[in-house]
Amino acid sequence: MHIEIISPDKSFFKGEIKSVTVPGRKGEFQVLNDHAPIISTMGAGQVTVNTGSDVLLFDITGGVIEVLKNRIILLIEGTDNGS
Amino acid sequence: MANLKEIRTRITSVKSTRQITAAMKMISAARLRKAQDLIVRLRPYAAKLREIMAQVSSVAGESDAGTPFARVTAPGRVLLVVVTSNRGLCGAFNTNVIRESVRVANEIYPEQRREGAIEILAIGRKGHDYLKKRDYTIFADKSDIFDNLSFESVSDLAGEIMERFVNGEFDRVEFVYNRFRNAAVQDLIYEPFLPVKAPDEVEADLITDYILEPDIAGIIRELIPRSLKIQFYQAILNSWVAEHGARMTSMHMATDNATSLISSLTLEYNKARQASITNQILEVVSGAEALKG
Repeated sequence: MHIEIISPDKSFFKGEIKSVTVPGRKGEFQVLNDHAPIISTMGAGQVTVNTGSDVLLFDITGGVIEVLKNRIILLIEGTDNGS
Repeated sequence: MANLKEIRTRITSVKSTRQITAAMKMISAARLRKAQDLIVRLRPYAAKLREIMAQVSSVAGESDAGTPFARVTAPGRVLLVVVTSNRGLCGAFNTNVIRESVRVANEIYPEQRREGAIEILAIGRKGHDYLKKRDYTIFADKSDIFDNLSFESVSDLAGEIMERFVNGEFDRVEFVYNRFRNAAVQDLIYEPFLPVKAPDEVEADLITDYILEPDIAGIIRELIPRSLKIQFYQAILNSWVAEHGARMTSMHMATDNATSLISSLTLEYNKARQASITNQILEVVSGAEALKG
């Protein structure tokens, strides 16, 4: 499935991934292939992206996630250390 | 006819002016490219956010009217956000914004203007200086935001304004700024910021049945301030890019003008030189004639 992680200032990551874990407002949740469509806001915490060969971590202060037909859009705020 | 030395001095001085304006044009072009990059990077975020808002508010229907940012009351106190530039030499860029701001104050809010209930948030020194001299109430001068333009600094400012709106310190917040169309053209924009308009809604057959977390109201409560901040940032970014475009164009024109001035001065110089040569030859020839007797 495809993900785009963007903040107002830049685009952090774009590509195919296996799974992503985000700090949703109602608690942390993981999105895997064929996840049901969801729009959720996110609180402060860590986004974990598993690309299959690599694990990427992003610290965020907030954001929104939209999942639709294996396309994930992550609008995030407040990260400067995507590593 | 002006004497030769005078013309030569003028040519030299116009040439050095042309060098300066050409250099300024190059600098503006470089800055323009950099600033444009910021807009391009913001665009996908802004577009996506608007899409999500449209989806959510289509589902929410009427129930989203509860946001404090949509409070519509009589415009008792008005905050006008005037976005200009910190530096000049950019053509009519600042003049247009200032003229529009004055028009808004005098024609749309004449009562508030008389009672001093219209305040100015000046972003950009040029607008600030002009309006201050003419006895407008300056709410704040945030010209230094351009020194290090980033979403964070702008969003802090936007957050402060939004809070004041919610607390009832202002009943209207409106923008006057230049929107970037291309390097040569800026569109003068006068638009409301607060209270918010209802977001666009998507057509019924495009609505996807999303799971919404935490719930519709919660999402809307979070998304509206976020999209307002983006709107604020977009306005300032647009003005920033437009400023460099305007400066680049006006410096380009100044360079062209200098070039044509130089060529007409050179023509005049050559004419004068030719005239003086002709004169000298005449003198020599007539002198020789006289000697022959």
